[in-house]
Amino acid sequence: MLTLGIETSCDDTAASVVRDGSYALSSVVSSQDDIHSKYGGIVPELASRRHIEMIIPVVDEALIRAGVALSDIDGLAVTEGPGLVGSILVGLNFAKSVAYAAKKPLAGVNHIAAHPLAAFLKETPEADVPDFPFVALIASGGHTTLVRYDGFADYAILGSTLDDAAGEAFDKVAKLLGLGFPGGAIIDGLAKAGDPRAFDFTRPYMGKTSLDFSFSGIKTAALEHVRAFKEELTPDAVSGIAASFQEAVVDVLVVKAIRALERTGSNRLVVAGGVACNSRLRLRLQEAATEADARLFMPAPRYCSDNAAMIAVMGFNQLQKGASASLDLNARPTWEGF
Amino acid sequence: MNANAAQYSSDSVAHTERIGEELARGLKSGECVCLIGELGAGKTSFVRGMARTLAPGTKVKSPSFTLLNVYEDGSIPFYHIDLYRLAGAVELEAAGLEDYIYGKGVCVIEWADRAAGLIPSCSVVVRFSHAGQGRRLLIVERRGADERV
Repeated sequence: MLTLGIETSCDDTAASVVRDGSYALSSVVSSQDDIHSKYGGIVPELASRRHIEMIIPVVDEALIRAGVALSDIDGLAVTEGPGLVGSILVGLNFAKSVAYAAKKPLAGVNHIAAHPLAAFLKETPEADVPDFPFVALIASGGHTTLVRYDGFADYAILGSTLDDAAGEAFDKVAKLLGLGFPGGAIIDGLAKAGDPRAFDFTRPYMGKTSLDFSFSGIKTAALEHVRAFKEELTPDAVSGIAASFQEAVVDVLVVKAIRALERTGSNRLVVAGGVACNSRLRLRLQEAATEADARLFMPAPRYCSDNAAMIAVMGFNQLQKGASASLDLNARPTWEGF
Repeated sequence: MNANAAQYSSDSVAHTERIGEELARGLKSGECVCLIGELGAGKTSFVRGMARTLAPGTKVKSPSFTLLNVYEDGSIPFYHIDLYRLAGAVELEAAGLEDYIYGKGVCVIEWADRAAGLIPSCSVVVRFSHAGQGRRLLIVERRGADERV
């Protein structure tokens, strides 16, 4: 079974061919790939007309790299939401048109719920994948959510951020420190040279039982630390604030993820989303999981950030259950709970 | 300072929320509130307060991912837009947000200064700044229909 996944909910146009919901034969992401140099310029944020320009070359490239033709594809999966409506509609209408013309079944997929399913992508048949139920920590620029999965498309939200997403806090603090974009990778690098206890950051645990997050206050604390310097920040101060800030965010994410395992009785934790690329978070989660006698599943970094392979995995499983979308499938820019 | 401007000094997040809650009581459908101020100045707290009036019971999250959150549970729709990630007015059009800014409901826009030409058409502009010791200064400027462009 070959599934063609298509994803246009945010900045990147992405397409992927996945075999049996397990093996990514190709995964093309416009902004990270050399494809945008071939087709001119960097894809500007949120401009749906750039998705329109990119969608056909990106899908073509995904088919070529997988070594298959459109006629070999058994089903399509496309992001239905959440995201920016104009961007989602490009991928959605393209997928509907292809599904109709090529007479293929189509699945509409929740982009955020699909993130942890990247853990089911295998490099080899022996590779380990999580059993159900598992807990997923999804942390990205737009979302910070803990979700319990009892099946591929059978999930319940345990907690989520009440204000800023974790990745958003990284980007904004990087900006406060005069660093570039994307903030997550830069802070990750700088923090390695900084002392994580050099600056005081209160951890917003929001009580002993809450599984919700709040990162707005940590962002403001970083601002106060920056403003406390009358003159320009020294390199030591920059790396110290970066390290201390990162440690605070990581502490909260780790504590809540372990708390979610205890709450659900599961001993399997999947971490996904762009923030899952953070090296400190990966290390600390591994330590915490070992201590809690839990198994940690971390997809490869290229499948943690936005991609279409995860969309194909979710879509494949929806289609296996007979959940095929009709042609009046519409974009869901906001999705309750997410 | 403009004659139609009012000044508030907020000493906490809760206080900023109350100012937003209060301001939202006087808003009518079709009005647009522009928020201007640096990171951590209290814009999202202000929006959370506005939502208490306009969309009671709703949790306000930062709309950084979608640019836009729509709350339709109140008596009129409440649109929360965040232009932080936007590079310029051209993208505002490309993002399809104009329909909401000039739509049926109350619209609040964080980082409104990121989109050229937006501020003169709004009925309320709130400027946030840091005033030391954790205090925030809010300057609220109201414009009549004849003063808007």
